[in-house]
Amino acid sequence: MMKRRSFVQASLALGTLGGMVGCATTGTIPSKAKVVVIGGGYGGATAAKYVRMLSNYKIDVVLVEPNANFISCPLSNLVIGGSKTIGDITTPYDNLSGKHGVTHVRDMVSSIDAAKKTVTLAGGATIGYDKLIVSPGIDMLWNSIEGLQAASTSGQILQAWKAGPETLALRRQLEAMPDGGVYAITVPLAPYRCPPGPYERASQVAHYFKQAKPKSKVLILDANPDVTSKGPLFKKFWADNYKGILEFRPNHKAIGVDAKTNIIKFETESDIKANVLNVLPDMSAGAIAMKSGLANVNNRWCNVNYQTFESTAAKDVHVIGDSVLAAPLMPKSGHMANSHGKVVAAAVVAQLSGMDVNPQPLLTNTCYSYVNDKLVVHVASVHQYVAAEKTFKTVPGSGGVSTAPNELEGVYAWNWAQNIWADTLL
Amino acid sequence: MHIKTQFAAVLLSSLAASAAMAQDSAALHARALAATCANCHGTEGRTTDGSSVPSLAGMPKDYMLKQIKAFKDGSRPATVMHQLSKGLTEQQVETVATYFAAQKR
Repeated sequence: MMKRRSFVQASLALGTLGGMVGCATTGTIPSKAKVVVIGGGYGGATAAKYVRMLSNYKIDVVLVEPNANFISCPLSNLVIGGSKTIGDITTPYDNLSGKHGVTHVRDMVSSIDAAKKTVTLAGGATIGYDKLIVSPGIDMLWNSIEGLQAASTSGQILQAWKAGPETLALRRQLEAMPDGGVYAITVPLAPYRCPPGPYERASQVAHYFKQAKPKSKVLILDANPDVTSKGPLFKKFWADNYKGILEFRPNHKAIGVDAKTNIIKFETESDIKANVLNVLPDMSAGAIAMKSGLANVNNRWCNVNYQTFESTAAKDVHVIGDSVLAAPLMPKSGHMANSHGKVVAAAVVAQLSGMDVNPQPLLTNTCYSYVNDKLVVHVASVHQYVAAEKTFKTVPGSGGVSTAPNELEGVYAWNWAQNIWADTLL
Repeated sequence: MHIKTQFAAVLLSSLAASAAMAQDSAALHARALAATCANCHGTEGRTTDGSSVPSLAGMPKDYMLKQIKAFKDGSRPATVMHQLSKGLTEQQVETVATYFAAQKR
């Protein structure tokens, strides 16, 4: 038995003290749980909370997530633009355990044994499950751009496509850049995480340059033939507000980087040199989904039965969030992952309790993008499950975008963030 | 006779159990459907303090039905709700409004 003092110290080291109330065991990792969730992002954290809530707190849930705090990807472009801090977009995980009784295990899953229904953690422990919910986000396909992985590892050429230390590092690079310099962001071919994200980020950097470094330039080098999301809204705002600062160049598929000379190489266009390079490679399902055979579509995305999000590759393993092969017009977004989390939670609770699975689940999505520090545009959609076609489809006549960037939606966007963070984590 | 009585009792209780289960299923589906509003309107319809997005918990059902109708037909101006409300069937709107009206504020 651990003595109390050493237990407290161990808990502090693990950062789990705030979560003790709901822990089934004191600091040790349970060997079995009804539901194990991998990954505490918008999808996994929501699924963990809602399995607890929808089962009236009868089904035990273990969440395997290495971090003590959730840092939001949505809104993180404002940290890069300088109008918000990393603290503004950070929420601790301890309410999931303290208020909802989720057992938070701070570790990574290194392997899944779908036959034995166990996961093995990097730390060596094994946890059995009745239902596994896998929400690992995205991984970078480093081989799609030659030289990028080494340049990223060294910290020279960043992605900052998972919010956290890289978000701050990219901000520091922009602050250190001399006025008159060039920031270049490359956009991979769709699908990738957060379709409007690169354009929002470019807008944030342009806003910062306009105030602080007016001789500097933003280049968007896009592998796609046009802006992937909210195109007319972004392009009009850029023309009206960032003329001479921000330039959009379509059909620029990056294939290599040279970290010594700060050059990006393209499939067909000429090389481009910039001071700050923000190079986004192709993306795939998260690492654990890739190595456990769940990414069964082009070895890249995870096919699921959309009614329950159960993997088509493994029984009782459900995959949600950005890793999932998107149904028609389904974006890889935080809001969508939160929506997936609720559908999977209801399905898992129904299956474990002998109830009927919802024949008609529903997903919603609202993505807000800040074009400067106050003005916002959105895209919204509603996705009904169509049993006959076994997929989600957007409802004709529903959804849409803003008419123009506006301050009211700036207020709503910030309130959206507060409420979805609370809905996911508190 | 005795065996028949027992059989009838078992039959009745299993019928009652499956009826209760169907009721449980419907309640679960209604709660999960209402949760699709929670991303913006808060878990169980309760928003964070000072939110400019309204809480739905405890909102009278008739009032909510009228608002959704007004969003759908454009008589109430909106930033996103005119687009989102059109994605829900009448039955789904009814279910969601019933659910939130029954929640404590």
